[in-house]
Amino acid sequence: MALYRDEAIVLRTQKLGEADRIITVLSRRHGRIRAVARGVRRTSSRFGARLEPFSHVDLQLAEGRSLHVITQAESLDAMTMTIGADYPTYTAGTAMLEAADRLAGEDQEPAVQQFLLLVGGLRVLAGGERDPSLVLDAFLLRSLSVAGWAPSFEECARCGAPGPHRSFSASTGGVVCPACRPPGAAAPAPETVRLLSALLTGDWEAAGATDARTRRESSRLVAAYLAWHLERGLRSLTHVDR
Amino acid sequence: MYEGIVQDLIDELGRLPGVGPKGAQRIAFYLLDADPVDVKRLAEVLTEVKDKVRFCSTCGNVTEEEQCRVCRDPRRDPSVLCVVEESKDVVAIERTREYRGRYHVLGGAISPIDGVGPDQLRVRELMSRLSDGAVTEVILATDPNLEGEATATYLTRMLRPIGLRVTRLASGLPVGGDLEYADEVTLGRAFEGRRNVDD
Ligand SMILES: [Zn+2]
Ligand SMILES: [Zn+2]
Repeated sequence: MALYRDEAIVLRTQKLGEADRIITVLSRRHGRIRAVARGVRRTSSRFGARLEPFSHVDLQLAEGRSLHVITQAESLDAMTMTIGADYPTYTAGTAMLEAADRLAGEDQEPAVQQFLLLVGGLRVLAGGERDPSLVLDAFLLRSLSVAGWAPSFEECARCGAPGPHRSFSASTGGVVCPACRPPGAAAPAPETVRLLSALLTGDWEAAGATDARTRRESSRLVAAYLAWHLERGLRSLTHVDR
Repeated sequence: MYEGIVQDLIDELGRLPGVGPKGAQRIAFYLLDADPVDVKRLAEVLTEVKDKVRFCSTCGNVTEEEQCRVCRDPRRDPSVLCVVEESKDVVAIERTREYRGRYHVLGGAISPIDGVGPDQLRVRELMSRLSDGAVTEVILATDPNLEGEATATYLTRMLRPIGLRVTRLASGLPVGGDLEYADEVTLGRAFEGRRNVDD
């Protein structure tokens, strides 16, 4: 069996057989990988906490016929318990992992930008200095952009007329001018559109200065935009503790 | 593919946790070779277990009665409640013989990615059990992994305002493992050394 190494974030784990787990990771060079970690649920396992969700690890893997096998795991950044120790952080982080899993493309297909975005997003989340809900929404908008679905919060998403615009349409791809406005488009508050724009561009100062109502409306629009592009929505999004 | 009922048996066995297609085939052929009396007994136990076994109306543990053995036992300390994810964790803790209080079985851990939030677990039942003030300490004995830790975090936030002593099993349980795999000595020590959940 051919061995290879890669750096990765653990996205999810599923029980397999008596004491094994299937670990899904997003790696720097090989995109999403599904691999078996043998004996990991036994308390004597040498892998221990290194293969829990949110772990940033350096892995050695052996290629298998269907699933790959994890042969070594070194911890690069143990964010798991920091994130698990705060409920809003945990629920926002879980939604980030699920989104990364869904937006990474096919298994073994390189997704370097998605990987870097996730590492950066989780570090900010674990840092605990920003509202977890804002970190999640910023991550979702950027992750969708990397996947090829960049929303527009300045120019009209359809004709490119310079903004600011008052209407938002998920199916059109962002804010729309009065002439392009499809029926059923939302009419968010101007501050909400400014917050969405700040989250997309990474203007944390502007984003941090918003009130709770603006953040709630912006989260609803991000969720609508995500639902339009992902066939099934994210299961974890409804459980986010905002 | 096998014919008719043999394939049905393999398919059914393959749906069991921890049994893959190869394992299902192996078990199916073991059953075909086995003594008919043994197989009949297995079939009877399977039917009986579904008919008789239910969940304790008080704590959620598996039982054949309205209440489980622990809840019926008057010698168990009613002031201490140990919260676990599954009935198999009750078995693991009972094996240590360290614990004399009662239990509350949540039915899993909070895992949003699997669609499991607090409302899908027996959290509401836990809160109503605590309302009469008889319980003075709640021990959070969820698994020492991410979901278990997050579930403990959520419960701590719910329980602290009530003014109870909330404790978590001592570290020493390796992170990432299942509680059911911890040996008696380690688990017993984790109980003795349980610590208050601090703010
Ligand atoms: Zn337009
Ligand atoms: Zn009971």
